[in-house]
Amino acid sequence: MVAKQSKKKNEFLYFALRNNKLRIGMTVVLLFVVLAIIGPWLTDFVPRQYATAGPNAPSSEFWFGTTSFGEDVFTQFVYGLQATFIVGLLGGGLGTLIGILVGFIAGYRGGLLDEILNMMTNIVLVVPSLVVLLIIAAYLEVRGLVFESVFIGCFAWPWAARAIRAQTFSLRSREFVDLARLSGVKPLRIVFTEIAPNMMSYLLLVFILQFGGAILTAATLDFIGLGPTKGISLGLMMHNAILWGALILGMWWWFVPPGLAITAIVGALYITNVGLDEVFNPKLREM
Amino acid sequence: MKRYFSRKLAIYLVTFFLAVTVDWLIPRFMPGNPVQGIIARAGLKAESAKLIYSQYMRAFGFDVPLWKQYINFWSALFHGDFGTSLWLFPQPVLKIILRAVPYDIFLLLPAILLSWFAGNKFGAFAARSKRLDNTILPLGYILTAMPYMWLGILLAWAFGIVFRIFPFSGAYSYSLMPHLSWAFILSLLKHWFLPFASLFMVMFGGWAIGMRNMIIYELESDYAHYLEALGAPRRLIRRYAFRNAILPQITGLALQLGVIVAGALVTEIVFAYPGVGYLILQAIQNHDFFLLQGCFLFIIIGVLIANFAIDVVYVLVDPRTRAGMEGRQ
Repeated sequence: MVAKQSKKKNEFLYFALRNNKLRIGMTVVLLFVVLAIIGPWLTDFVPRQYATAGPNAPSSEFWFGTTSFGEDVFTQFVYGLQATFIVGLLGGGLGTLIGILVGFIAGYRGGLLDEILNMMTNIVLVVPSLVVLLIIAAYLEVRGLVFESVFIGCFAWPWAARAIRAQTFSLRSREFVDLARLSGVKPLRIVFTEIAPNMMSYLLLVFILQFGGAILTAATLDFIGLGPTKGISLGLMMHNAILWGALILGMWWWFVPPGLAITAIVGALYITNVGLDEVFNPKLREM
Repeated sequence: MKRYFSRKLAIYLVTFFLAVTVDWLIPRFMPGNPVQGIIARAGLKAESAKLIYSQYMRAFGFDVPLWKQYINFWSALFHGDFGTSLWLFPQPVLKIILRAVPYDIFLLLPAILLSWFAGNKFGAFAARSKRLDNTILPLGYILTAMPYMWLGILLAWAFGIVFRIFPFSGAYSYSLMPHLSWAFILSLLKHWFLPFASLFMVMFGGWAIGMRNMIIYELESDYAHYLEALGAPRRLIRRYAFRNAILPQITGLALQLGVIVAGALVTEIVFAYPGVGYLILQAIQNHDFFLLQGCFLFIIIGVLIANFAIDVVYVLVDPRTRAGMEGRQ
């Protein structure tokens, strides 16, 4: 059994290492993660610190130039990357977690509980989540990064719940689940030992998509000016750039890097997702 | 079929009810008192501040019990009364929003429909063609991964500032007054183009990828193999696959509406396009909570109507649901 398990793992690893989409996607994401981690050591400033006079184009001293207020754009960029990954991890993680819970419960229990959860899912699905986040954030004088992530996660779960419910529903009627039920295993145990392991690959894909979605939502919220009141983020950088006329002044170095980073990270996540799908699903391999 | 529509309608009604309730709850139970905030910003003396405070509390109906406030809120809503704007005092919120809504429709409707059609056609075309797959697929992923506002900023910068082809701010030239003439219409279209293009491109990528994946899935299904075995021409098989793949894309449109609306809001902010999105920014910057709440409700209503329209389209397009409606099956 153990040998079989490890052989199976090796097989995934074998295909994972040979999948170009996965390799490219993971490389890009990891590059940005590394930059976010070591970034603070590459710069002598903190995000809102006055570094030098006026706006400067990128140079050897200020890699990404400076803002109208003489703040170093590169410093803001690396600290913004950190915020981006935190939001992705927390918001995406929470969204996935709620989606898994709701999906498992609704799919496995069925009946009235399923109806109620389904109704809830459909309601949150219809509501444009960003608009709700917007109106909540507008009333708060002080907002934090963790707070933002939690709220994003609270509104991002419906599609995940729906998809996981459908999968659970189909797995529930398989023989091995019936067998477990007949031998008196508790429902919660069945879900976690019989059903969940069969969906692990799918859950990973859900998490990656939730991660990317949370990053995009946070960037949108920050761009409107309703992000965290303290600290810096990539969305806030774009907000500041537009607010202080970077467009008209032609200060492209202020608004290009943050958007480019978000696009690269989210795009790489999507491509990783396709690659992983091919690794997990033999039907899609080798195309 | 009746069941289908009544279920959908029930969900939309409950959603509307909850949205209105949230809209009512948030200002009353959030930390910080908006009225207090207004007065603090006015910087009055303590004596007059107190007077104005009670005046405001009465004007906005905060001086009656909560349950009564809630009922009043609903009844005002049904009378089309969304309150009075603080920013553009004393204009009613409804009037301000109704002035902005045409711009939203003018921008969103063509962007959504055209990107959906073009994206689907293109995705179906690219599926199973190695060369297109390798060039278009990465491009599609990059486009959907783009934050809406960033593409907007890039387009505004490239075409508005560097090449000076299109204007990038407002809905029409500031030197014109709205009136019916070719010059004005031309100005409208010119200002409309960049926000439209940025919305179109981001959405296009998503639909193209979705359709490509669906077509591949359909071409692997039994009926496609069967047709192939019968010797049906490739074009015919692809046409059947397209028709089957279009159904999930319609559902996808309903699911994406929230994201699209969010994207439209920030795109309008980038281009200072006077739709509801730009209004929201003004409301936030001017601490006009009544306007913000009004915009919130309007967006919810718009999304619900759009969802219902998509449900109707789905029934019209999917023969299976129609067969059920006519009592066959």
